[in-house]
Amino acid sequence: MVQFLIRRIFWAFFLFFVATIITYIIFFVIPTDPAQIACGVHCVPAILKQVRHSLHLDLPIYQQYWIFVWNMVKHQSLGYSFVNGASVRWVIGQDAPVTASLVFGGAVFWLALSIPIGILSALRPRSIVDRFAMVFVLVGISAPAVWIGLILAYLIGFKLGWTPIAGYCNLLPGGAAGTCSGPAEWAYHLILPWMTFMFLFAALYVRLIRANVMETMTEDYVRTARAKGASAQRVLFQHVLRNSMLPVVTILGMDIGLALGGAVFTETVFQLRGLGSDLVQSAFKDDLPVVVGVVVFATLAVIVFNFLVDVAYAWLDPRIRLNT
Amino acid sequence: MALLEVKDLRTRFRTDDGIVKAVSGVSFDLDRGKTLGVVGESGSGKSVTFLTVMGLVDRRHAEVEGSVLFDGEEILGASGQRLQKVRGKRIGMIFQDPMTSLNPVKKIGWQLEEAVLLHNDVTRAEARRRAIDILKEVEIPKADTRVDDYPHQFSGGMRQRVMIAMALINNPEVLIADEPTTALDVTTQAQILRLMTKLQEEHQMAIVMITHDLGVVAELADDVFVMYGGRVVEEAGVNDLFAKPEMPYTWGLLGSLPRLTMTTDRLEQIPGQPPSLLHPPTGCAFSPRCAYVFDRCRQELPELRAGAVGEGHLFRCHLGDDERARIWAEKKAAFEAAEGSAA
Amino acid sequence: MSEPLLVVEELQKYFPVTRGLIFQKEVAQVKAVDGVSFTLEQGQTLGVVGESGCGKSTMARCLARLLEPTGGKIFFEGRDITHLNRNDMRPIRRDMMMVFQDPYASLNARKRVGSIVGEPLEVHGIGTEHDRKRRVQELLEIVGLNPEHYNRFPHEFSGGQRQRIGIARALVINPKLVICDEPVSALDVSVQAQILNLLKDLQQDFDLTYIFIAHDLNVVRHVSDRVMVMYLGKPVETGSKQDLYEAPKHPYTGALLSAVPIADPAAGRARRQIVLTGDVPSPLNPPAACRFHPRCPRFVDGKCNVDEPLLSPVSGHADHEFACHFPLEHWPMDEQEIRRKPAALAGTAD
Repeated sequence: MVQFLIRRIFWAFFLFFVATIITYIIFFVIPTDPAQIACGVHCVPAILKQVRHSLHLDLPIYQQYWIFVWNMVKHQSLGYSFVNGASVRWVIGQDAPVTASLVFGGAVFWLALSIPIGILSALRPRSIVDRFAMVFVLVGISAPAVWIGLILAYLIGFKLGWTPIAGYCNLLPGGAAGTCSGPAEWAYHLILPWMTFMFLFAALYVRLIRANVMETMTEDYVRTARAKGASAQRVLFQHVLRNSMLPVVTILGMDIGLALGGAVFTETVFQLRGLGSDLVQSAFKDDLPVVVGVVVFATLAVIVFNFLVDVAYAWLDPRIRLNT
Repeated sequence: MALLEVKDLRTRFRTDDGIVKAVSGVSFDLDRGKTLGVVGESGSGKSVTFLTVMGLVDRRHAEVEGSVLFDGEEILGASGQRLQKVRGKRIGMIFQDPMTSLNPVKKIGWQLEEAVLLHNDVTRAEARRRAIDILKEVEIPKADTRVDDYPHQFSGGMRQRVMIAMALINNPEVLIADEPTTALDVTTQAQILRLMTKLQEEHQMAIVMITHDLGVVAELADDVFVMYGGRVVEEAGVNDLFAKPEMPYTWGLLGSLPRLTMTTDRLEQIPGQPPSLLHPPTGCAFSPRCAYVFDRCRQELPELRAGAVGEGHLFRCHLGDDERARIWAEKKAAFEAAEGSAA
Repeated sequence: MSEPLLVVEELQKYFPVTRGLIFQKEVAQVKAVDGVSFTLEQGQTLGVVGESGCGKSTMARCLARLLEPTGGKIFFEGRDITHLNRNDMRPIRRDMMMVFQDPYASLNARKRVGSIVGEPLEVHGIGTEHDRKRRVQELLEIVGLNPEHYNRFPHEFSGGQRQRIGIARALVINPKLVICDEPVSALDVSVQAQILNLLKDLQQDFDLTYIFIAHDLNVVRHVSDRVMVMYLGKPVETGSKQDLYEAPKHPYTGALLSAVPIADPAAGRARRQIVLTGDVPSPLNPPAACRFHPRCPRFVDGKCNVDEPLLSPVSGHADHEFACHFPLEHWPMDEQEIRRKPAALAGTAD
């Protein structure tokens, strides 16, 4: 097991470097001049040259990359935005909690919804519950998040006035005057975003869980458990669920890792300043440091979550843990 | 009164292609302490019969009729709760593939304890003690430590021993073994069969041995019935069955076995293949393959009846007693002529 | 004197086992086949028998060059084919075909039967399309199938019929050698006899040579002329079928013969079987010296676990070889007899 973990950590580091290098290279292929953007509109060649030098843009690309890595490791700094000079680390620090709230909260909801529906569908195939679930799946997969978000915002937020339709509140109370805060306000503002965000995932997970449970129920060891005299309920909880949920754990980790990179559509519709919208806007403005910063964060998130998933899987499945 | 009395058991499965008549009227008795051999090939219905007896067929897709009396009590169609009291406690069942029949993510100790705790009001510690005891009884070395291992850490033969342990831990009166050694090597099979005989004596239980291997049946069973196309086609004491089989299918089965003592090159073969249970033949299910078939066979299903041999030996065939005796005498002579020097 | 069709010398196939944190390095080897030698004459059948892990399937694949041997030599019709490259192997593959165990997995479910059986012809560029179709139909009839089923798919046939298709495919290019890897293990008993009879008929009609691999001793005896018993990658006894089945010398052969259930209640229950203890060990960590010694009822400490017995012939009977320090003196033996080691033999070389 320890060997397994060490190997995973090594690969995690390796992947991190590969992802960031690729991002760097992409930016250098793009035919815009960051120095020009940083310099601003009223730029003269002399100052432009100075700017270029201070941004290290006159150095070869691998040296720039090395400086970037050095900064990250030594000073925990991700550079400064070309557009407004803000510390990228600060930007991410502000906006990551927004995305995190959306994603983790959404995950809780989608699991709470998909697990019971998935299991019930599997236990009663072709029943009313099952058919309803399959329609739900179809809609969830087909309908774009933007569309769902707008519909919900219009109907529930605007017409019925039940929830706010935009804005984010900090979880913890306090903060600047004029901004809302506190757990109740936080959740209240996130209800519609959560419902929008989780729709697609819930649909996918219902389908996944239903298929896994149905398949596990036909396994030989389930028949053995019944032959031992176990009740249907016991068979389900003790034998079927643990085995059929293993793949769900894997995919859940991956999905959360990916989503932390920015749930762009949902953030845009509800005007939440999260990493997704940061990434998109910075890309439009050729703001390399912010883009790279978000990529770094997202890569880290994916790697960490994949690692956690590997650990969880090894813990849940003794066949992987005890490789003789 | 027999321990297990099954009367006219029928099981039909509703599938997308139509109705599969897996079991079409099977009746038999099982006495305490005896071994019943059930012989058949694929599609004979031998496994489904006993899955139905145990209530392990999916009621949503299957229609079940008939009667199963266990110790005088009707258990066919009994409620889930009543069946659970019998399954795993008074009737144990083991299956063919030991690789997939154990839960891969639970320790075998846990699985054995589960079997105990489902039917006995004892502490976990006591359940664990019983688990270790039964593992010793099935001859698993270092039972005290191996009880905490997972199924994938055991070999195929050991896994089957664990399955047997799990089925026997509550001292059942009947053990139903569905092809328990088919997936095992021949030397491992010999060990498992010897173990089962020993355990049968010690626990005084009845065994149902479902298999396609006539050799296994010859060595273990007291009574045998042969199944074909969802029905019992011959039923007899084991000695009678091998000495004087009364039905063309049984003749064919015995004749087609390559034997260590044979010297001829050709085996007797049964042409064609086992019948479809979706569209079974009219009349006798074996008629399309039978060398002695005549018109009546194709139209009318023969009844299970006793012949000149006696009440204990039943079979399904329209051929007359004299005819069958003559054919068997010919075949037997041919078998004996084919025997070389005995091994 | 005609040349033997197949000569195998000390064939070895080792699979590497790798361990390592980042960079995998080989720490051990699974010696799946470890020194198999035999000679096969044209028209003969060699039966290979053994339990799981003995290496018989691996050996078959090495012979057919589906795997690359790690050591040893294979001579086919006098020519060394052990390490031939693909191009050079191609004409030889016309003479060496294989029939596999699983009739459900060894046929491509998406291809029609005619195409499956005709594929070897196509691969070797034999005949026109019209010729090929005719040949395929000829083969279908020979193996007992209806030639009009040329355009059907495998799933429309039963297990026994599918096995016939596999056999037709093996024979369509007139090979000399057919390697059958457990061809009847997955079939019902009543169908098994049909296939065995068919194989024997075909052997006579087409002068075929077979290597027949199986775990069922009854079946092997029925089809073979010579038999080789394998245990953990090594042959422990080879001989004609009479020698092996009537006068086995190696205790493992004896145990195998004894373990087979007999379809005769009186005889079966009268005998006292030799039942081995323990499980078949893993080829990853074979026992020292004689690989059978941990389970052998005749084990002599200090000899069997120190000196590896080599294959040597029975005196006066060069064809019958075995690898044991304390061979069986007579046969049949029961469990009690087999455990008795004659004092005279203990301590002396074989």
